[in-house]
Amino acid sequence: MSKKMHIKLKVNGKDEEFLAEPRELLIYTLRERLNITGPHIGCDTSHCGACTVTINGKSVKSCTMFVAQADGGDITTIEGIGGPDDLHPLQEAFKEHHGLQCGFCTPGMITRAAKLLEENPNPTEEEIRFGMAGNICRCTGYQNIVKSIQAAAAEMNAAKEAAE
Amino acid sequence: MKDEVTREERLDNLKGMGCSRKRVEDARFTQGKGNYVDDIKLDGMLFGDFVRTPYAHARIKNIDTSAAMQVPGVLAVLTAADLEPLGLHWMPTLAGDKQMVLADGKVLFQGQEVAFVVAEDRYAAADGIEAVEVDYEDLPVIVDPFESLQSDVVLREDLVAEDGSIPDGAHGPRTHPNHIFTWEAGDKQTTEEVLANAEIVAEESMYYHRTHPCPLETCGCVASMDKVNGKLTLWGTFQAPHAIRTVVSLISGIEEHNIRVISPDIGGGFGNKVGAYPGYVCSVVASIVTGKPVKWIEDRMDNLISTAFARDYWMKGRISATKEGKITGLHCHVTADHGGFDACADPTKFPAGFMNICTGSYDIPTAYLEVDGVYTNKAPGGVSYRCSFRVTEAVYFIERMIEVLAIKLNMDAAELRRVNFIRKEQFPYKAALGWEYDSGDYHTAWDKALKTVDYDGLRAEQAQRIEDFKAGKTRKLMGIGLSFFTEIVGAGPVKNCDILGLGMFDSCEIRIHPTGSAIARLGTISQGQGHATTFAQILASEIGLPADSITIEEGDTDTAPYGLGTYGSRSTPVAGAATAMAGRKIRAKAQMIAAYLLEVHDNDVEFDVDRFVVKGAPERFKTMKEVAFAAYNQAIPGIEPGLEAVSYYDPPNMTYPFGAYVCVMDIDVDTGVPDIRRFYALDDCGTRINPMIIEGQVHGGLTEALAVALGQEIAYDDMGNVKTGTLMDFFLPTAWEVPNYETDYTVTPSPHHPIGAKGVGESPHVGGVPCFSNAVQDAFRAFGNTHTNMPHDHWRIWKTANELGLHG
Repeated sequence: MSKKMHIKLKVNGKDEEFLAEPRELLIYTLRERLNITGPHIGCDTSHCGACTVTINGKSVKSCTMFVAQADGGDITTIEGIGGPDDLHPLQEAFKEHHGLQCGFCTPGMITRAAKLLEENPNPTEEEIRFGMAGNICRCTGYQNIVKSIQAAAAEMNAAKEAAE
Repeated sequence: MKDEVTREERLDNLKGMGCSRKRVEDARFTQGKGNYVDDIKLDGMLFGDFVRTPYAHARIKNIDTSAAMQVPGVLAVLTAADLEPLGLHWMPTLAGDKQMVLADGKVLFQGQEVAFVVAEDRYAAADGIEAVEVDYEDLPVIVDPFESLQSDVVLREDLVAEDGSIPDGAHGPRTHPNHIFTWEAGDKQTTEEVLANAEIVAEESMYYHRTHPCPLETCGCVASMDKVNGKLTLWGTFQAPHAIRTVVSLISGIEEHNIRVISPDIGGGFGNKVGAYPGYVCSVVASIVTGKPVKWIEDRMDNLISTAFARDYWMKGRISATKEGKITGLHCHVTADHGGFDACADPTKFPAGFMNICTGSYDIPTAYLEVDGVYTNKAPGGVSYRCSFRVTEAVYFIERMIEVLAIKLNMDAAELRRVNFIRKEQFPYKAALGWEYDSGDYHTAWDKALKTVDYDGLRAEQAQRIEDFKAGKTRKLMGIGLSFFTEIVGAGPVKNCDILGLGMFDSCEIRIHPTGSAIARLGTISQGQGHATTFAQILASEIGLPADSITIEEGDTDTAPYGLGTYGSRSTPVAGAATAMAGRKIRAKAQMIAAYLLEVHDNDVEFDVDRFVVKGAPERFKTMKEVAFAAYNQAIPGIEPGLEAVSYYDPPNMTYPFGAYVCVMDIDVDTGVPDIRRFYALDDCGTRINPMIIEGQVHGGLTEALAVALGQEIAYDDMGNVKTGTLMDFFLPTAWEVPNYETDYTVTPSPHHPIGAKGVGESPHVGGVPCFSNAVQDAFRAFGNTHTNMPHDHWRIWKTANELGLHG
């Protein structure tokens, strides 16, 4: 065990400060230290994306980042994307279009999709499939995930137009 | 009372069977509020993890745990020596064999559990694992089952008598120390005679490679022994929580009423979470030893190398036919690689599962199947990866044999299928290998499929493509993959299906609340199938309360009625039937109450959507909601208060879903990359409960089929090292590799199921694997290809093209 480091994070808008071993992985910080259990662990090797969170505006797989690397970062997890009173259009669209089955990949999938739609509000199907290729789903075969993201994009664009 | 609402509106309001009801599970999953086993956190909870052997076959000379015990945070290190006094160093498998919980003197496969380190957190456990010193003496490794049956190297000394003789196994005589069983079905002599005298015989050997269900959530559990009250609670990724409770009771000696098993949300199962694993036993022991809750969660590599492989069948087939293509006989021999322990998850009397459905959808008068199970230095398992017990192997076998026969006959493979299908009027159909198919209409499904995809047009396009290829105008070949499958699901009748002596019935218990809502509990457990949504739909249609007013609960053995769990597409065929039957009991009692309230005889009221109506006087009725209240607030002569029912359903037969699939693929012969242009899937799962969920199941099953057919495998080298232990090497398709699927259906209800439903979750995997494989093989048929083994990854496809001389 090595010397603990002083870490500061902002997670879903809340400031967090604690001492952690340098080897502590961000996913464990979130899940075990901060009890934020939306992000999941599926592979340990950055392939599956179940642990996807947003750090400083970028999609990141939190299972292969040390919390020390995230020090000072601004982190959003599925819990920060929307809750019972302020559902994100993606959360509604995934339910509406059957974009999930067992639900294990869903938090990472929606977190990544939210970032994708920020980067590209009008993605083609091909751009969605490419942009989501870092997130594995074993249940749905992706067809309804793509559909859900397309529906959410349309919904968000319509809302934006209405607001303008 | 005036009824303002139309019957149509009342039906819609129920959200019963047949509607695409949105899933009630999704709110929590989309908001990150699922409750999976690794989300469970208890006061003082410890973390356990395994020391695993890097050797595939070795004797253990010594295990030194002293340094590990000095690691900060490490509380205990368990070895077989610690478990032996409790009789827990070995455990029974589902297949009648036994398996080491922790290595007892030797190891039999890479990744086998050697010691269990219990620590305050996962990091301390990992440090402890590093500090355990194990002294191995390596032994000769056998990874080939054919070599195993010839070898002098005995893998399982515990299964050889002191005088060197080989005692019978759980499934009869064994012929070699590394032989597990021979299992046969059908008529050997007649089949040989038919084959010997046939006009045409086609032969092929094929290897259905080893793979793994690999759900996104790995296996794990939390064991908590409450020493004050003597109660053990075990949360875990269990596809069969009641069976786990019984197994834990039998091997631990803790009385069953003192054990509570809970399956929380499960992140996919696909067969991986049916069996009992050493991690469960060690967690329970560690909790008893430490007096604290103990969590064990596999990492992905643990999962891929040690738990629940699937397939690994070497299949040799001979099929005979007349010159016109009428099949007369089928012979199949399987050499089944079961790894170091026989831990296959099959009903007790079926050591090769339902491989004897390998006559498929065809009227084959004579057949014989023989399966030899063999020990090797590979991981144990042999689970049904998104299929009913070994049905994927069976369907792959027959759908390849049909193609091979079509080549031999120089006949179109679609036409060959058509002339051999079991005809509609032959159902119920007694197959040569023993099963009685309940219902089917194969010709209608096949014709619909071929017409929809314009099969003749595709063949014409393919012929043109071949000419263009030969003329040097293109480097892409076109493959048309066909498959027609019959599944056998819903295990099963207690008279022939049990696991560890537990009959494979299932159950449902319903309680109607006074204000007209309800809770129903079942013996199954959803892993993504949406039971909370669909079982409520079945009940809504049966009892006339809205699905939105019905809570479905599964997975807690303290509250749910006993059932055998969810796998082999048995939830709808068995627990779905129990749900309907329990609903009908509710309705029968409710009818008596309604008649009393309406002051007429029981037989003078009839059920209509959500109410009981006086026959011939539709304005006089009592809704189910009114009846529910009356059941709790009125003294009704001769009727007990309350409105509850329970049903334990023992199905009279399996159900036999079927389907017709077509895949169109372009293959680049220079890169070996297949491009799936089109995939059409027609499924007939009988009565359709929720079309949206059925379609989702089909998409998912096809994608798992694509994975298995086109690249996914658990591969070993000669030393028994697993070469595909991470997702870097083990192929899980992403959105980028997966096509859009076209889904379609016909409806042939099961005649013996209360609502006519047959199950659908696994059909697309069963039918999909041969369809993708046939597409690859078909692309090369014109160049002399008869058969190549899966998985058809880019390299293997390139190699096929190369061996056929297509690279110039």
